[in-house]
Amino acid sequence: MVKARYQTAFRLYPYEKVADQDTPAPKRHSVVIIGGGPVGMGLALDLGKKGIDCLVLDDHDGVGQGSRAICFAKRTLEICDRLGCGDPMVDKGVVWNLGRVYRDESEIYAFNLLPEEGHKRPAFINLQQPYFEQFLVEEIRRQQAKGAPVEIRGQNLLTSLTQNDDHILLDVETPDGPYQIEAEYLVACDGASSPTREMMGLGFGGRVFEDNFLIADIKMQADFPTERRFWFDPPFNRGETALMHKQPDDVWRLDFQMGWDIDRKAELAPEKIKSRVRGMIGEDIPFELVWTSIYTFRCCSMEEYRHGRVFFAGDSAHQVSPFGARGCNGGMQDVDNLAWKLAAVIKGEAPDALLESYHIERKHGALENIKNSSRTADFLTPRNPAHALFRDAVLDLVEKHDFARPLVNSGRLSVPCTYDDSPLNAEDGLPQGPARSRPGSPVVDAPLGDGFLLDRLKGDGFTLLSINCDLPADVEVAGHHIRTLSIRAEGDLIAERYLGDAPAAVLLIRPDQHVAGRWPTYNARALDEAFNTAMGRT
Amino acid sequence: MPDLILTPNLEATDDFYEALLNAHEGLDEADIHALNARLILILANHIGKQSVLEEALAVAGA
Repeated sequence: MVKARYQTAFRLYPYEKVADQDTPAPKRHSVVIIGGGPVGMGLALDLGKKGIDCLVLDDHDGVGQGSRAICFAKRTLEICDRLGCGDPMVDKGVVWNLGRVYRDESEIYAFNLLPEEGHKRPAFINLQQPYFEQFLVEEIRRQQAKGAPVEIRGQNLLTSLTQNDDHILLDVETPDGPYQIEAEYLVACDGASSPTREMMGLGFGGRVFEDNFLIADIKMQADFPTERRFWFDPPFNRGETALMHKQPDDVWRLDFQMGWDIDRKAELAPEKIKSRVRGMIGEDIPFELVWTSIYTFRCCSMEEYRHGRVFFAGDSAHQVSPFGARGCNGGMQDVDNLAWKLAAVIKGEAPDALLESYHIERKHGALENIKNSSRTADFLTPRNPAHALFRDAVLDLVEKHDFARPLVNSGRLSVPCTYDDSPLNAEDGLPQGPARSRPGSPVVDAPLGDGFLLDRLKGDGFTLLSINCDLPADVEVAGHHIRTLSIRAEGDLIAERYLGDAPAAVLLIRPDQHVAGRWPTYNARALDEAFNTAMGRT
Repeated sequence: MPDLILTPNLEATDDFYEALLNAHEGLDEADIHALNARLILILANHIGKQSVLEEALAVAGA
């Protein structure tokens, strides 16, 4: 038996018996992914597109109900563009760039999350998580039709695993009983309470925050603005905070801070929730409750994201408070980082050391996310009188003085991580160039011709980008043929973001669109060395 | 890099001290704390430099 832990919104991969269940010897797969959430499906799609045989095991047969994650950041959309499913997300999603912060009844300030032009994707879209997952699965189906070796098995529950020298042996439970398979690599994408992590007896340390938040997603026809509106101490939730955010399908996310000592059951009664909602939106607008949940939060991380042939990605490896939208967006950066590395190692192009860099780079990213979301939590939920004192002082000052605006912390919204000090980075050959395109940074988008730069960097391998200088007709790097893109830039955003005062630049760009190295001109030797470094060969 | 100044630097020492006391005149304890918190934030913003502020925090807490 495989028990249902939650209801599904869309049934996308009903259980079917497969040949693996009847084979005398366990069938071996290159990568087995545990968990079919956004991270698991994103990873399967990325690996499948790279021709890597991978199998997703999910103990349910579709996408879980409830909006859950709703804010998808620009970098996530760029990753999904690379994976081929950015368009349906942005078409369906609600685009927003503006945040407004209120105290009591008055606005204290507004901020634009993307105060610069020249990006294909907006700072954020709001989209219910089930849609996000559905679009990933639909793209997997399209890729399967083209021959991508991805398989999804619903109602397949991992019950135990044994690591061996060259594979992992998995015991899987199904409605037809148990069977075994082997995996060269296993990636646990099974969420914050990861059963895989439990099974392996691995820790998940961090901080619990003593506060409760009520989410009420409601459906209503209202002309409230498409902005993130955040309240400190509003009349309808005295002494606490509140948030209002628009989603597709006339659904609105309302989030009420509640404090620590609450009667959970009483607070979840629909009538009680409705009266809170009326306090916020007024008596006149009809609405219905779509999804409600009370959550507490913690900021935790595993020590190591790799254990032999087992990797942890997304919430199973690290968990953050929801403020800042750094959970799912952080998880998608894990996918972005791990897929090309696994593919390169499985294809025999890179040594095992490349896989070590997944832990190094993504732990760096997770700690950055935990730091930011913990700071927000400390601002929103003062833990002692001094915290409350300075929080109130900031809010007092911000009404009259601009200087205090940056101190208000209602969420430091997800931005992509720069892998400073990564072992995969080449020494910066253009140290006086713009800091935002230094080695380790994600490629920043910019208009290019009729389109955008990032649309030209969606290949599966490395790309050599040259700006205002020529490359040889056929570039071989450390024995590999490498894709090239030569462009011209002068006085435009590409020049501003990649050249600064330099007349020209050459950049080696990783498959996950992070900069591996940059130089003022084409230099075959430096490039060879940088490529080897970026492949974990040194 | 400018360091935290720990030698006398006030332009008008007694005038400043008197003004500081006057600002707290007639306030109850909560308002005193609130005033000082605002004052710290205003002065910190004026100083701006993280290393100086960290040094000041360390000296004040020692």
